[in-house]
Amino acid sequence: MSATGTSRLAALRGSNNEGVLALILVVLVIAMTIVNSDFLSAGTLFAILRSSIVPTVLALGVLIVIISGGIDVSFPAIAIFSAYTTVVLMRGSGIDAGVVLVLVVSLVIGALLGLVNGGLIARFKLPTLIVTLGTQGIFKGILIAYVGSRYIAELPLGMRMFSTQSLLTVPAGGENTSLHVLVVPAIVLCLLVNFLLRNTMFGRGVYAIGNDTEAARRVGFSVMRIQVILYVVAGVLAAFGGVLHVTLTRSANPQDLLGTELDTIAAVVLGGASIFGGRGSVLGTMLGVLLIQVINNSLILMGIPSAWQRTAVGLLLVIGVGVQAISARRSSRRVFAHREVVAPA
Amino acid sequence: MSSEEASGSSGTGDAVPILEARNIVKTYGGVTALHGVTLRLTAGHVHALAGENGCGKSTLIKIISGAERPDSGEIVINGVSHAHMTPKGAIQQGIQVIYQDFSLFPGLTVAENIVLTSAVAEKRTLYSRRQSRPAAQQIVDDLGLSLDLDQEVERLSVADKQLTAICRALINDARVIIMDEPTTALTHSEVQRLFALVSTLRARGVALVFVSHKLEEALQVAQDVTILRNGELIISGPATDFDRRSISHYMTGRDVDESRLVNPPRYDRDPVLSVQDLTLPGAFENISFDLHAGEILGLTGLLGSGRSEIAEALFGVLRAESGRTIVDGKATTIHGIRDAIDAGIGYVPEDRLTQGLFLDKSIADNVIASSLERHRRRGLLDARTIAATITEQFQRLRIKAPNVEAPVRSLSGGNAQRVVLAKWLANGPKILMLNGPTVGVDVGSKEEILTILRAQAAAGMGIIVISDDVPELVSVCNRVLVVQQGRISATYSGDDITPEAIQEGMAA
Repeated sequence: MSATGTSRLAALRGSNNEGVLALILVVLVIAMTIVNSDFLSAGTLFAILRSSIVPTVLALGVLIVIISGGIDVSFPAIAIFSAYTTVVLMRGSGIDAGVVLVLVVSLVIGALLGLVNGGLIARFKLPTLIVTLGTQGIFKGILIAYVGSRYIAELPLGMRMFSTQSLLTVPAGGENTSLHVLVVPAIVLCLLVNFLLRNTMFGRGVYAIGNDTEAARRVGFSVMRIQVILYVVAGVLAAFGGVLHVTLTRSANPQDLLGTELDTIAAVVLGGASIFGGRGSVLGTMLGVLLIQVINNSLILMGIPSAWQRTAVGLLLVIGVGVQAISARRSSRRVFAHREVVAPA
Repeated sequence: MSSEEASGSSGTGDAVPILEARNIVKTYGGVTALHGVTLRLTAGHVHALAGENGCGKSTLIKIISGAERPDSGEIVINGVSHAHMTPKGAIQQGIQVIYQDFSLFPGLTVAENIVLTSAVAEKRTLYSRRQSRPAAQQIVDDLGLSLDLDQEVERLSVADKQLTAICRALINDARVIIMDEPTTALTHSEVQRLFALVSTLRARGVALVFVSHKLEEALQVAQDVTILRNGELIISGPATDFDRRSISHYMTGRDVDESRLVNPPRYDRDPVLSVQDLTLPGAFENISFDLHAGEILGLTGLLGSGRSEIAEALFGVLRAESGRTIVDGKATTIHGIRDAIDAGIGYVPEDRLTQGLFLDKSIADNVIASSLERHRRRGLLDARTIAATITEQFQRLRIKAPNVEAPVRSLSGGNAQRVVLAKWLANGPKILMLNGPTVGVDVGSKEEILTILRAQAAAGMGIIVISDDVPELVSVCNRVLVVQQGRISATYSGDDITPEAIQEGMAA
C-alpha cells in the first residue's frame, strides 16, 4: 500500500475512528431497513433526531470531562436540579419570564453545581468518579428535600412556547411528520464545544491535562484553573440539557434523567473519546449518541423488551472500551515494527 | 572532539555567563539537599552536570526551572538577579528543561506538541492548528530534522520523541536548555545524531546542561563540567581537565574499578540453557546459543535489533513460533511467564519501574513477590521463611533504606534496581536474565550490581545480560553475542571482548 493511500485511508477513518463509527451507523440503518421497510422514513429520522437532542447536549459535557482524563456521573443530577429549580423559582416568584431568563437562571445554577465538582477535584486532587458520585447524591438529595419532589405540568411560558415548535414539517404517508425546533440549539452547542476544544487554548489545555497532567503543568498550563473551568462548563451544558429535556417533555419531574449516565457515557466512549483521557471529538460524540439512539429505536421496532436495551447499551460500552484498549496495544506494536525497519540503517 | 574549538572561541573562564545559580541552598525538612552550590552556564557551551543519584542534581535543575524555591542564594540571568524562579517565569526567560520522560502529550500531533508551550507562554486564548504548523515546520527545518509533524507523538520512536521535545524547547527561543539524562533511551547512532544537533544548538549560542550518568558521552560533548556529591559542589572546570576516571573519582569520592573481571564458567558440564533455532518472525530468527553454569553471557545490539525480544521469548512474555529451549538438559516449552519461572528462569525487565516493581509496596513485599511458591507451607504462606529471605536479600544486596518496610517509590534508581534483583534472587533461579541492569544507575551502584552478578555466577547461576553499555559488557561477560536485525551476527569470547570490537560489531 502506498504511503498516500494509507494516509488517505487514515484520514477517512478519522483520528478517533469517527469514520468507522459512521460506517457502523450506515450498516445498521441498512440492516434495519431490510428487516423492517418502515424503518427508513422521515418519521423515524425525525424521531431519532428528537430523542438525540438531550443526550447530545449532556454528552458534550461528559466529553469535555472524559478528554481531561476524568469521569462525571453527576451530570444528570445537575441537569434536572438546574431545570427543575428554575421552574420552581419561576412559578414561585410569579414571573412568567421569557426563555432567556429561564436559560440564564438554570445555566447559572448548573455552573455553580459544576463549580462544586471542579473545586473539589482541582483543589483536593480527588478522584473524579468518587467526587461526582458523591455530589450526584448530594444534588439529588437537596433537590428532593428542599426544592420539591412534585411533578410540575405547568411550565413557564418561555419553555412552553418551544415545546411544540417544529423546524420543518414534511408530509409522510397521509399525515405530517415534523422535526423539532430544539435540534437547532443542540447543533449550535456542538459547534461551540467543537470550537472550544479545537480552537482555544483552554481546549488544548483540556487535552493536555488528559494526556499527561504533570507535562501540562510543566508546559505552563494552570492545571487547577483549567480543571475548575471545565467542570463549570460541563455543569452549564448539563443544565442546558436539563432545560431542553423539561421543554421537550412539557413537564418538570425531579426524578427524570437520573439513571441516564450509562447511555451518555457509552455514547461518548463509543464516539472515540479515550476513557484514559486526552482523546475525543465532538463529531465522534454526535455519532456515538446517534448510534445508541438508533440501536434503542431498532430494538423497540423489533419488539424486544426494553430491559434488553440497557443490556445492549452496557454491552456497547464494554465493547467500546475494549476496542480502545486493543487498538492502544496495536499501536504500541506498530511503533515496534516501525523501529525494526529503521534501526539497522 | 569539540572541546578545543570551544576553549578557542570563547575562553571558558572569562566568558560572561548567560545564567548563574549562585550559592544555592535547599533543605527538605531538615535534610540539606544543596549546600551553597554554584553553577555557571556560558552561551554556546555544553555543561555536564554529573553526580551520583541523590547528589542534588535534580534539585538544582528544579530550582533553575522554577519548580522549587531555594532557601537562599540567587539566580542571575543576564546580569539580573532573581531570588527564585517560577515555572512560567523560567520559560519566559528562555530556560527549558527536557525531562527524562520528555513530558510530551502522546495524543497530540508532533506539531501541536512543539507549539503548545509557546502558545501558553504568549498567554493566547485562541489556538489555530493551521497557523501553528508553519512555526513548528520552521524549527524542524532549521535543525535539519525529518519529523512527521502530523503524526501523533504516541506513534513515534523514543529518539523522535526526544527530537520533538528538543524542537519544543527551541520554539521559545530557548537560551538555556537543560537535558536530563538525554541518552539513556537512545541507541549509539541516535546518540550521535543528538550530538550533531547539540553542536547546531551551540552554534546558535544556546547554553546547554547535560545531566548524564554516561561519563564518556558527557566528556564527548561538554566544554564545562560540574560535579556534585551529597549536595556539595565538588569541582567545576573545563572538560579538558577531566577524564573518565577522574570524574568517577569526584562523583563517588573513591576509585571505581571498571576493569574486566570474570570467573571461568563450568564449560565442562552440560549447559544450563540451550537455545536452538528460536524464531519469532518480525522479531528474531534462528537464535541458537548455550549458556553454562557460572557464565555471564552478554546479549547486545541496537535498540530494536531484537535483543530484548529474545529474552522476553525465553521468559514467556512473547511466544516464539519455532525452535527449542532446553533447560538443564530437558526440552522445555515456555508459553507463559509461569512456565519460565517453573523452569528456573528469572527476568529483570528493561523498564524496572513499571514492569518489575510494585512502587507503592514495601521493599519486603517486592522482594518476595515472585517467590511465593517457595515460601508456602501446607498451602499457606510461611511468615518465618519469608522473613528470613527478606533479611538475607536486604543485607546481601546492601539496599540503602531505613528498613524493609519502606516503599520502593522512595528509593533511588540504584537501590530500586537492587530490589528487583533481590526479588529474583529470592526465587533461587538457575538462569537469570537482566535487561539493561544498570540503566539510570550511578557509577557506584553500578559497580556493586556488577559485583553481585559476578558473585551469583560464581555460585553457579547462568546469567544473561542484555545491554548496550559496552564497558559494562566488557567488565562482566564471559561471552558476548551481538544481535543484528533479529539474528546473531557476531560472538566474542575471552580476550576478544574489547570495547572496540563490540562497538564495531554493533555498528557493522
